[in-house]
Amino acid sequence: MNLSFSPEYEAFRADVRAFVAEHWTAADAAATEVDPDSVAAMTGAAVRTDERAASFRTLAIERGYLYRHVPRAYGGSEQPPDPLKAVIIAEEFKAAKAPFEIMGQGPSMLVPTLLEHGTEAQKQRFVRDTLVGKIRWCQGYSEPGAGSDLASLRTKAELDGDHWVVNGQKIWTSSAQEAEWMFALVRTEPDRPKHDGITYMLIEMNSPGIDVRPLRQMTGDVDFSEVFFENVRVPADGVIGERGQGWVVSRSTLKHERALIGNAALQRRTFDGLLLLAQTVELRGGRAIDDPVIRDRLVAVETRLLAAERHGQRLLTLSARGEDPGFAAMVPKLYATGLSYDIAKLAMDVQGDKGLLAIGEEQAHFSGMFTVAYMWSLGILIAGGTANIQRNIIAERGLGMPREVRK
Amino acid sequence: MDFGLSEEQVLLKDSVRRYFEGECPTSRVRTVMEGSDGHDVGLWSGLTEMGIPGLLVPEAQGGSGLDLLDAALVAEEMGWACIPGPYLACVMATVGLLAVDDTSVAARLLSGIAAGDILATVALGEDGDEWDADRVQTRVEGGVLRGTKPLVPYAASADVVLVAARDAEGPGLWLVERGAGGMTIAPLEGSDMTRRVARVTLAETPGTKIASGRRAIDRARDAGLVLLAADAYGGAQRCVEMTRDYVLTREQFGQPIGAFQAVKHQLADLATQLEPALSLWWYAAHAYDHIPEDAARYAALAKAHLTDLYDRAMRDCTELHGGIGFTWEYDLQLWFRRAIFDRAFLGDAAHHRQRAADLAGW
Repeated sequence: MNLSFSPEYEAFRADVRAFVAEHWTAADAAATEVDPDSVAAMTGAAVRTDERAASFRTLAIERGYLYRHVPRAYGGSEQPPDPLKAVIIAEEFKAAKAPFEIMGQGPSMLVPTLLEHGTEAQKQRFVRDTLVGKIRWCQGYSEPGAGSDLASLRTKAELDGDHWVVNGQKIWTSSAQEAEWMFALVRTEPDRPKHDGITYMLIEMNSPGIDVRPLRQMTGDVDFSEVFFENVRVPADGVIGERGQGWVVSRSTLKHERALIGNAALQRRTFDGLLLLAQTVELRGGRAIDDPVIRDRLVAVETRLLAAERHGQRLLTLSARGEDPGFAAMVPKLYATGLSYDIAKLAMDVQGDKGLLAIGEEQAHFSGMFTVAYMWSLGILIAGGTANIQRNIIAERGLGMPREVRK
Repeated sequence: MDFGLSEEQVLLKDSVRRYFEGECPTSRVRTVMEGSDGHDVGLWSGLTEMGIPGLLVPEAQGGSGLDLLDAALVAEEMGWACIPGPYLACVMATVGLLAVDDTSVAARLLSGIAAGDILATVALGEDGDEWDADRVQTRVEGGVLRGTKPLVPYAASADVVLVAARDAEGPGLWLVERGAGGMTIAPLEGSDMTRRVARVTLAETPGTKIASGRRAIDRARDAGLVLLAADAYGGAQRCVEMTRDYVLTREQFGQPIGAFQAVKHQLADLATQLEPALSLWWYAAHAYDHIPEDAARYAALAKAHLTDLYDRAMRDCTELHGGIGFTWEYDLQLWFRRAIFDRAFLGDAAHHRQRAADLAGW
């Protein structure tokens, strides 16, 4: 066990730091203040996609710092996998508030799918522009009747000459309002068993017949929508992989170093805010943090956060050693879900009766930003597979318990 | 950057586990539990041959000169296999001796510990759940000690006791040899009879001062906290494995009960909480020797968190077993008893969270 980086990596860190200092100035960093209530801000990601950010990203890709797993031919920097270098790059970029790899479902979900199953023309057409944020994507998977049981989806596409005609409805579609394109799962073979009748399709969001209806969340914000399709025409070459193979195609996942970065970053950020709050807020004649019960709860959640962060270091080490993380890689999401809730709930309690004030109310501490975190802790409980789905996966794949009967 | 075990550490864990699997099944554990002193001399001499008591003893004194992490990995395996004996006392005494002022006395004792000739223990805590060196009441005047130590591990078997006490200069550590005048040792019945404790009364008992100040006392306690955390992790993991195997075998309604979602979810939750906790005590053990600013605080956090989890693991695992888990004959209860010891010894979880808040300057 050795928690310092070797001279080779320290030299690499110095290179990255010098690059960032040269190409992303203090003035650039100062202009990179994202909306503090946004989820993107809570994760610490600077998500600028303007021209200035795009030109910086292009330079960073040339230098081999971003999208290291993507071939140069498609706009990546094509570097040999090195989890430690990846972490150093992420740390240095974050410290300088420099534009990092764009988060979101385009780079994280569509790009790996294209690289694995796309045609040469599809890769050339989409990968590079997606990586620098010129094309934004939304994901058309969930439907009103297809949640955990996604393969029961019913949005259908029928071939009409050289076009598919799409009819149906998607729901919980994040960023549907901003996205130029959607990658979707649609049913093309209604007579086949449900997993075998699905096709992976790219749909342009400005196509006639698409109706995006925003859904307002409990926070008051709008991050996702319902998307309706009425006779939407999609060129026949908008299919990734073979017709009817969409279920398999959609399983392409992010199997590279990036998946290890930012473990518990959201929880760390909320906790640091909570600690500051507890040290400054007056509660019943003293600092909130001096209340013995609050003090105890504060250390208890901090302990779980520290465990999550150290667990991230352990996963990183396993990855750097080329060892299979196995069970250890399966738990972070469920672990973080419970932790997020307990941190945010404590932040609500630390405010005492002021905790009832709404988001944006001036009399509320930090304009009610912890209420956003509190509500979002319910959001992440559900997004990307509810906690109970996670428990099924952990029990079945991790602990070797019997699969439940599914039809 | 490498937050993982070395090949040597994995080898150490494996060899200890093989030794316990071969030599100390729970039938032997139960025999030791029912014995008079809870100290299986044969088992201990086997461990001595493997160099376990001397892991932390410098090579100059015949030990291996390793780190607390290595000792904690052995504690994890002892927790996993429910191993009885004075290991915790031995390690706490060893690190106490490594921090004393009188190095010639320490060298003699450390050689004896590594060779298996001397069994050493520590007498730190006092009545009222007092484990803080600054609040120690045992007094030393004119070279004799006067006071009571209510929970001294393996005092009845020990050749020497390192006693936290105070004289005119403040707290310090004194060496009291077996049979010293005025020392009364009253073995107590604990819930966990795999780790024995005794009430030690010192009445005009002669002792030798070996350390001034609280450092040696604190180092011994912090090492103990890390070892208890490691023991708790090993024990909790074992019980999760035992329970997983049980629910895959036990059938009701025509299927293994492990097929029911309620059972799967309860175990998945437990395993999910346990997995990252491993890294917490690893780091606490690493910090003890290499990151001084984090050592005391992480020892407190690890002890609090892991012993809380151990309690939860035992509750969930017993529940998942149903009636059989509540019986004397089924082994699960042996670990439940260890969880009780790990949780209470050296102060409870809330106490250590309080300390951690203070240590952070909050």
